[in-house]
Amino acid sequence: MKTKHWYDFLWLWSILFFGLGFFNILFAWLGMIDFFLPLVFALVGGNKFFCNNLCGRGQLFSLLGGRLKCSRGKSAPRWLVSRWFRYGFLVFFLAMFANMLFQTWLVAAGAASLREAIKLFWTFRVPWGWTYTAGTVPDWVAQFSFGFYSLMLTSLLIGLIVMLLYRPRTWCAFCPMGTMTQGICRLRRRGGKEAWPGQTPWVPFAFVEKKFPARAIIPTYRAY
Amino acid sequence: MNRSKRYARPDGGRCVACGACVKECPRGAVRVDRGCEALVDPELCVGCGRCARVCPADCISLVAREVAE
Repeated sequence: MKTKHWYDFLWLWSILFFGLGFFNILFAWLGMIDFFLPLVFALVGGNKFFCNNLCGRGQLFSLLGGRLKCSRGKSAPRWLVSRWFRYGFLVFFLAMFANMLFQTWLVAAGAASLREAIKLFWTFRVPWGWTYTAGTVPDWVAQFSFGFYSLMLTSLLIGLIVMLLYRPRTWCAFCPMGTMTQGICRLRRRGGKEAWPGQTPWVPFAFVEKKFPARAIIPTYRAY
Repeated sequence: MNRSKRYARPDGGRCVACGACVKECPRGAVRVDRGCEALVDPELCVGCGRCARVCPADCISLVAREVAE
């Protein structure tokens, strides 16, 4: 029987995030935690501790598709998990993110007005419109919230669709954050800037090393 | 000594290091190596195939122990 940790319940965070944003769009800013934390772990700790343990979305998919059996459990088509699709999807998502930042900048500069719309797949407006009272915060703050929440909701829907069609965590195979952090980890390993073995990890991440002692990996594994 | 006939072998090139297999393994035989790829300890692995069934990238296969040894 495996021990449960506090972070095994972070699927609740995912539900909470979308729930709060449903009532007030400004809570979308909280999603930046999910954006920066994986990068911090990858850049500083040289690992995917976030994906492996803290990703609320991944846990939610595991729960829905695994324990609650809302997944066909079939293998995803090879193209969906191929490297070119992963990197292509990352580029596409980063482009959409950059576009969202540009729209925010336009609003901040007064060149465009605030568009109070949550859009799915960058096209369809959601059928609810009570999430923001005009004038509560500067327009650019609200514009960013609408853009970021749209991005998060769209990616959640894509994740849920592939969860239903294929395996619970199929989204992880092309998740832009996962691709980015794995790329960083690979670069670190190639560049020799490893937190381990041989190097003491940065102190705040010592608990990760203690919990998952990577240096205990037996080199003979690689013989296969 | 591990008497199972098969053990799991991840394909490091295709692994997305999501950690789904780590959570699923009943023996704690799988770990993600520095955010790059999953590694399986053949001595701990009992060849149940649970990791292979949850792998989103479908990169884990079960191989016969005799072949590698």
